[in-house]
Amino acid sequence: MTKSTTNIEHAVTVRNVHKNYGDVQALENMSLDFPRGQLTSLLGPSGCGKTTLLKIIAGLLPATSGEIIVNGTPVTGPGPDRAFVFQDFALLPWASVLRNVAFGLELRGVAKSEREAIAEKYIANVGLAGFENSFPHELSGGMRQRVGLARALSVDAQVLLMDEPFSAVDEQTRRKFQEDLLGLVKNENKTFIFVTHSIEEAVYVSDQIAILLPRPSRVSEIIKPSGFRHKSADHIRRDPEYLDIVDNIWASLRSYVE
Amino acid sequence: MRHRSLFLTLLSATIVFGAWEIAGRVPVSFAFPTFLESMAAFWVLIVEGTLFTAYAETLKPLVVGVTISAFLGIGLGLWIGLSEKIDWLISPIFVVMQTAPLAALIPLLVMAYGIGLTSKVFVVCIMAMPVIVLNTSGAVRNTPASLKEMGHAFLGSRSDIILKIILPAASPVIFAGLRLGISAGFIGAILSELKITPTGVGDIITFSRSIADYPTMYAAIMSIILLAVLFLNVLERIEIFLFGGNNKGYVSE
Ligand SMILES: Nc1ncnc2c1ncn2[C@@H]1O[C@H](COP(=O)(O)OP(=O)(O)OP(=O)(O)O)[C@@H](O)[C@H]1O
Ligand SMILES: [Mg+2]
Repeated sequence: MTKSTTNIEHAVTVRNVHKNYGDVQALENMSLDFPRGQLTSLLGPSGCGKTTLLKIIAGLLPATSGEIIVNGTPVTGPGPDRAFVFQDFALLPWASVLRNVAFGLELRGVAKSEREAIAEKYIANVGLAGFENSFPHELSGGMRQRVGLARALSVDAQVLLMDEPFSAVDEQTRRKFQEDLLGLVKNENKTFIFVTHSIEEAVYVSDQIAILLPRPSRVSEIIKPSGFRHKSADHIRRDPEYLDIVDNIWASLRSYVE
Repeated sequence: MRHRSLFLTLLSATIVFGAWEIAGRVPVSFAFPTFLESMAAFWVLIVEGTLFTAYAETLKPLVVGVTISAFLGIGLGLWIGLSEKIDWLISPIFVVMQTAPLAALIPLLVMAYGIGLTSKVFVVCIMAMPVIVLNTSGAVRNTPASLKEMGHAFLGSRSDIILKIILPAASPVIFAGLRLGISAGFIGAILSELKITPTGVGDIITFSRSIADYPTMYAAIMSIILLAVLFLNVLERIEIFLFGGNNKGYVSE
């Protein structure tokens, strides 16, 4: 009974995960729950193990010990229930935007016409309509990042793992993306795990923020901004709760920067 | 664009052949014919059909050797590039092959395989294969890790990842290796005809030199270069056909 309720509540559960790279201890006894249908941010200093945790959840890296449970099943490798947005985009330089976005479906054996129709829809969704036949080297960094995002969306996985998906865009575009992301969370009914360096971004887009300590990384604090989620995009950034949370997080992270 | 590159090709050919003609007229050496004399001899070789019967011989070890080197070389290179153990086991053989003095190995080959086609094919392979294997394995090993990881994350099977990610990513360097390997194979084919038994084009070269018919000797050498250039052009077509736009540069930081 308890087990099934946790399954419904949490799309992903990280339980006592340790990760060592040789002598380097990247994660130490990390435990964290990711509520279904919500966006959880991982926030922490550079090198603290955010990408490592995301790749362990994706099944791309084995944990040294501990377990990851996705929809009630322990993770042993990559699966159709998770899709990854890579920090360095990982686009095929020789393939058009259309083929890149459809590549996840191509690897799943979806027929060409079907996967291209799906890909076209998501290309339009991320605002790249008209660039279907362009090649990655013809796109700006932000556009490449959107190609990576469209590829992850088009395989329709329940859990989206996003590694700093907005790092390569300017501030204006970034704000636009953040608003779009809130729309995605609302409409797509997926669970988002989102890595970022930006405190403001984390507070703005997240239902839950996990603050990680520097290596060996553990969760130091979990914050659940809730008061301003229903407000309109413009009002959030002026909301007192929003500003308070940003200040508090900065206060607790500042000691590690100094 | 096309016209300009054709123009440049013609220009550089004119300069090279002009310099040859002048050097032949000076003369640099009495054994160095002019360009026009060589072309005349070339014409005679064609009209008399000597060149074609010669190539019927020379092409045998060349085509067999180059085909074996290409397929086996890329296959081995792939295998080496994908597995560190195999790399450790096999790579040194090709490094040695690439640096071994071939002329010193030929007597050994003749002792083992006689003076027939087998030995000549071996010479072509020894010349052509190492660079194909080493280029392929290096390119495979250098496939960006993030691309392989992406393939894995999106549930690609091992063969998907090899065929759709590793091979296309490695193809420019593999084809560079093929170009170098095939050029070396041409040298190997002629070398084997000069050092093992004079047949085919090697025979024309040896014979015309022995009777001091230098224009014919140079015409034969020219014909090899011509054929090699033709071959490399065909290879380029194949590369474009197979991997169209793979030279798009790499976009990841
Ligand atoms: N393949 C590896 N081998 C050895 N050490 C590694 C490897 N990958 C990561 N590390 C180490 O593990 C730690 C965590 O790395 P990770 O990439 O997860 O950090 P991160 O939080 O994503 O950093 P950033 O915010 O800069 O992207 C780093 O200190 C890094 O040095
Ligand atoms: Mg990272």
